[in-house]
Amino acid sequence: MSEKYDVIVVGAGPAGVTTAYLTAKAGLKTILFERGDHPGAKNVMGGVLYRKPTEDVIANFWKEAPLERHVIEQNLWILDKNSVVKAGYRTKAQDQEPYNAFTVFRSRFDRWFAQKAVEAGALLITETVVEDLIWDNHFVVGVKTGRPQGDVYGSVVVLAEGVNSMLTQKAGLQKDGLNTAQLAVAVKEVIALDKEKIESRFNLEEGQGATIELVGDATMGMMGTAFIYTNTDSLSVGVGALLSQVVRQKINPNELLEHLKNHPIVRPLLEGGETKEYLGHLIPEGGYNAIPKVYTNGVVVVGDAAQFVNGIHREGSNMAMISGKLAAETIIDAHKIGEFDERALSHYQKKLSNSFIIKDLKKYQNASGFFETNDHIFSLYPSLLNKAAEEFTTVDNVPKREKQRRIMELVTSERSKLEILRDIYRGWRVMG
Amino acid sequence: MKSLEDKLFLNRYQADKHPHLRVLDREKCRHCKDKPCTYICPAKVYAWNEKEEIIETAYEGCVECGTCRYGCAHDNIDWRNPRGGFGIMYKYG
Repeated sequence: MSEKYDVIVVGAGPAGVTTAYLTAKAGLKTILFERGDHPGAKNVMGGVLYRKPTEDVIANFWKEAPLERHVIEQNLWILDKNSVVKAGYRTKAQDQEPYNAFTVFRSRFDRWFAQKAVEAGALLITETVVEDLIWDNHFVVGVKTGRPQGDVYGSVVVLAEGVNSMLTQKAGLQKDGLNTAQLAVAVKEVIALDKEKIESRFNLEEGQGATIELVGDATMGMMGTAFIYTNTDSLSVGVGALLSQVVRQKINPNELLEHLKNHPIVRPLLEGGETKEYLGHLIPEGGYNAIPKVYTNGVVVVGDAAQFVNGIHREGSNMAMISGKLAAETIIDAHKIGEFDERALSHYQKKLSNSFIIKDLKKYQNASGFFETNDHIFSLYPSLLNKAAEEFTTVDNVPKREKQRRIMELVTSERSKLEILRDIYRGWRVMG
Repeated sequence: MKSLEDKLFLNRYQADKHPHLRVLDREKCRHCKDKPCTYICPAKVYAWNEKEEIIETAYEGCVECGTCRYGCAHDNIDWRNPRGGFGIMYKYG
């Protein structure tokens, strides 16, 4: 492998494949490395895939890509020990082409997606770990792979290595590394269940899908969320919590998942299902303040490696794809003038800043810090809300004004009015 | 209810003879109070052997999330990507 490439992409996830597909399509000599046996073999997400950002890369992808169900209903469940307060949105508008979102399996979708990059002319090399960058006078000129004589040279290296961003850190782009308050550990099971059962339990017709995000007792009150997504003939059931809280609470992620699966409100949805796979993954939750420097001489960083995840809105794969696209545009321009130094690649940063990616991450930059240091938001409020609902729905000859008084008393016995006002004010500041 | 071992058994792995993770300084583990690696790992790869006073590692079940790298308070775990083609092979992902 002594030839020189225009573009070397490290990692065949949604970010890396997007870049490889677009640079190959533009005629640039592109090589795409994947450490797994096939693209997707190491990749995990919930997984909801959004139509618009995917369509920005491959038009009409839903006509041929391996997708599970199109999402027509999204729910939020606020759990207490044996009750739930629900909110949701269901629409017929998302029940027709071009759809809004799909449930997917990364191992199948990424394989298909990478094949598109190959058809566009990219060279895909699987079962190959990129172990280091090759530097020449403060310039990255290639990569060292785990294969014998495995050095590969190129004009630009795209780091799409995912959340375990070891090369990004090695390159000095993330000087302080990452800490446990900037990462969530998530586990998931894929649980096979008859199509008919899924459709009757979730009130769906053929092809339609629903999502449920769960907070409160779903994470044992830790900062995080759980989820239940409908696939064609299985459910994806998972839970994630901030690593700093998991360390502090001494809870094993698998036990957290079992707690969710056995919750009296959740259990009937999964009844009769058979687990097919158990998965674990880290999610970058540090937001704006955890973003590394995303370019240097001969390098750009995309997707999870750049910490592009909006945990509050359950967005990640869209940011991966759009950052991959912006990187590809920058590289194609840089190729025209034949310059890949910091100045040329800094256009990637400018494009990111003008996009929803940096705008959204900036908007919520103080949110995860606020939640991390205010444990009660994820434990106390869900419980109070459920107790208020219990009081509200119980008809027991008590006058309504008395009920309101009881609810207020219940709330203020746990947290003073002043503290609640402060929580609302601070919550509004970080979220609004 | 399936045990964690049963669940890991459902996964597909291409096991390598060479471990891709190791504890760097065993002495540090002896003085580590909470030993978070023993409970934060989704696959429970790390277990404290009371008698030998060492952390034992069952690297074959690793799901490659990387949690241990960050969760070890003493930065005492050398975790790398398994060699190309080895390790977990997700069917669903």
